[in-house]
Amino acid sequence: MDGDILIQILVASIAAGTPFVYAALGELVTEKSGVLNLGVEGMMLVGAISGFIAMAKSGSLLVAVLCGMTAGALMALIFAVLTLTLMANQVASGLALTIFGVGLSAFLGLKYTSIALPGVPELHIPFLSDIPVAGQLLFSHDILIYSSLVLFGFISWFLYKSKAGLILRGIGEAPKSAHALGYNVIGIRYLAVLFGGAMAGLGGVYLSVAYTPMWVEGMVAGRGWVALALVVFASWRPLRVMAGAYLFGGITIAQFHIQGFGIEIPSQLLSMLPYIATIIVLVLISRDQKSIRLNSPASLGLTYHPNNQ
Amino acid sequence: MRKTPRLQLKGMTKVYPSVIANDSIDMSIAPGEIHAVLGENGAGKSTLMKAIYGVVKPDSGQIIWDGEAVAIQNPAHARRLGIGMVFQHFSLFETLTVTENIALAMDDYKSMESLAGRIEEVSEEYGLPLDPGRLIYSLSVGLRQRVEIIRCLLQHPKLLIMDEPTSVLTPQAVRKMFETLRRLADEGCSILYISHKLDEIMELCHSATIIRGGKVTGYAVPADETATSLARMMIGKELPVCSRERPVVDGERCLEVKNLFKSSADQFGTDLKSISFSVRGGEILGVAGISGNGQQELLYALSGERLVDEKDCIAISGESVGHLKPDERRNRSLGFVPEERLGRGAVPGMSLSMNVILTAHRHGMVANGLLKFQKAAQFAEKCISDFTVKCGSKDDPITSLSGGNMQKFITAREILQSPELLIVSQPTWGVDIGAANIIRQSMIDLRNNGSAVLVVSEELDELFEICDRLIVIAEGCVSPSVNVDETSKEEIGLWMSGMFPGGPAEGTSHEATSDQESHVC
Repeated sequence: MDGDILIQILVASIAAGTPFVYAALGELVTEKSGVLNLGVEGMMLVGAISGFIAMAKSGSLLVAVLCGMTAGALMALIFAVLTLTLMANQVASGLALTIFGVGLSAFLGLKYTSIALPGVPELHIPFLSDIPVAGQLLFSHDILIYSSLVLFGFISWFLYKSKAGLILRGIGEAPKSAHALGYNVIGIRYLAVLFGGAMAGLGGVYLSVAYTPMWVEGMVAGRGWVALALVVFASWRPLRVMAGAYLFGGITIAQFHIQGFGIEIPSQLLSMLPYIATIIVLVLISRDQKSIRLNSPASLGLTYHPNNQ
Repeated sequence: MRKTPRLQLKGMTKVYPSVIANDSIDMSIAPGEIHAVLGENGAGKSTLMKAIYGVVKPDSGQIIWDGEAVAIQNPAHARRLGIGMVFQHFSLFETLTVTENIALAMDDYKSMESLAGRIEEVSEEYGLPLDPGRLIYSLSVGLRQRVEIIRCLLQHPKLLIMDEPTSVLTPQAVRKMFETLRRLADEGCSILYISHKLDEIMELCHSATIIRGGKVTGYAVPADETATSLARMMIGKELPVCSRERPVVDGERCLEVKNLFKSSADQFGTDLKSISFSVRGGEILGVAGISGNGQQELLYALSGERLVDEKDCIAISGESVGHLKPDERRNRSLGFVPEERLGRGAVPGMSLSMNVILTAHRHGMVANGLLKFQKAAQFAEKCISDFTVKCGSKDDPITSLSGGNMQKFITAREILQSPELLIVSQPTWGVDIGAANIIRQSMIDLRNNGSAVLVVSEELDELFEICDRLIVIAEGCVSPSVNVDETSKEEIGLWMSGMFPGGPAEGTSHEATSDQESHVC
């Protein structure tokens, strides 16, 4: 009996952590290029409603995913034009983008609040999914969860093994040096910001199409901010971002179950638990100042003018 | 038979909104020639080199490479042609490894492993050994420069541009670099050597182009010229010299530092280890050392910007001040000129006379809690006229001044308060020769009036010109003090790599320390 509940909690935790995986890994790439985009919440919301509408109209998950990613990237494009071409302040522009995304998603979603979607089926893999415990834990998820793991593998390889990733890290570390070596700092930052937007949009799609297949205004509910914090507390390392995302998801689910048992703790306190626990754990594993300096992009949030020597 | 020049420039012009950086410059350099580009700060040398390397686009003019006119689009294009550049302010990435840094500048390499192998090979071959796996931030400035040089050499350049390469090196390291450059030249590589140091150019270069105010003022064969004649071409007048007759004053101990330990606030900074020295009234004590060896930390501790735990570690005129904040130390007649002019030395957006009030308010500029702007204005006028600061008026923002004039103004503000103790960091960094001379002379005059002066500088020439005694700081330790007359630049250079009695590298041979730094103290 108890074992079943534990497995249920673990399976649900992975699903609950997945929106963070997408949004935080996207933001990680953006920040590694030296750009701080605080608009994750807004981009997730617009991605969520766009994906939801596409799913409702077409019934195709692929179309929903593509629409959500495109919408997130378009939001990021606004941010990129403001901060990279027009040299606006990144913090202010990011905050504005979130406020804009909240309003835009609410407006677009007006007619869709009463619709429920069928959700995304779990992939059933013959034999593997039938293995007791391990089969349930590892092979009973939907395709978006598996693709988030592929994304993690890709980003780890890209950042630390590929030349393009080296260039990206170099630009985040010292844009002037990169410029002097002949790299197009602004162009590469554009790509990084757009990628971050697309991933935030995909995280939103996962929420509105797979996790809770319906549209509720403001349904991202602060997850964008948590994703931002995860990137910082994970000291810009993909593996720690994953750990933080699943930890947050896990405690969120666990505290629902604790509430369900009727334990006498005010539910408000329990709702705080995921935030506090995730921050404490990530702060504890990232105490090494040197490792923070080695992994944090030195030019993060600073406007770069290629022509000012 | 005349060889085709490796590189020819015709009528190179670059105009910035406020200044003509290059005004139709012509120049020619042959294969295997070491050619000096000589000029003061702001003469337009760096802009010209960046145009050759494709970082800056010239407004007009022609670049002829191996006899063919080319328009260099970007640095990658320049590298493909065979042009390499070692930048004055390094273009390295601190948190990446040596191999990764070099990979970023290479267009073709098989794998990181094979590149690391090639780095080791080439660096050994040229006698500049490097560990490819080290992170840049952990390297000394000299080793960082080595990374830049190896990065260029790996691409078999036909032309190597060196922008002020010796400003951060010890005299020994300079000699080693000269050997490498001569060898490259013998192999047929042309070298453009940018500097304002006359002795280096006369020793190393085959020919020279002299630039002043963006224009070519002369071509010369340095071996046939004297320092005086080159200087005349470079600054348009005779090289000024400081008058420095040394009074035999044995003043009171004005600043005394005893057994000062302090860990650095900066992650990549240097911790101070048991520092002791003193400065008497009527003398100038110089602190030599390669930047990043604890100078910043020492100055923060002396100025009071970072307090020390043990208040007796620092004493001004016999009174312990280790626990006192900067303004309380200034009340005890301390004057302080930090290295960063804007931000620490002056408030960028404020006018000259407002900036005067920041530290000179003690001198009758405040009455009943109100500021006396008249007094501040008078003081600012005096700073401007005594130090010939070139500016619009005392009410202009300090950012409208050039670097040299800003430094003159900030130094003037401190010196005209006649402090008993003056601490100056990098007094003439980025300042042209004329202004540097005024600043140096003013410090000597202050000394002659009985004040104690502490100068922290990376320029050995400067320290030998103005100081009475020298100490050297290396890896957070200071050397015993030595009278300037009883030492030589060579000895101080050795000390700068930690080889002084009781120093971090005492007892090691010179070869070993110049190749890899030791981390014991």
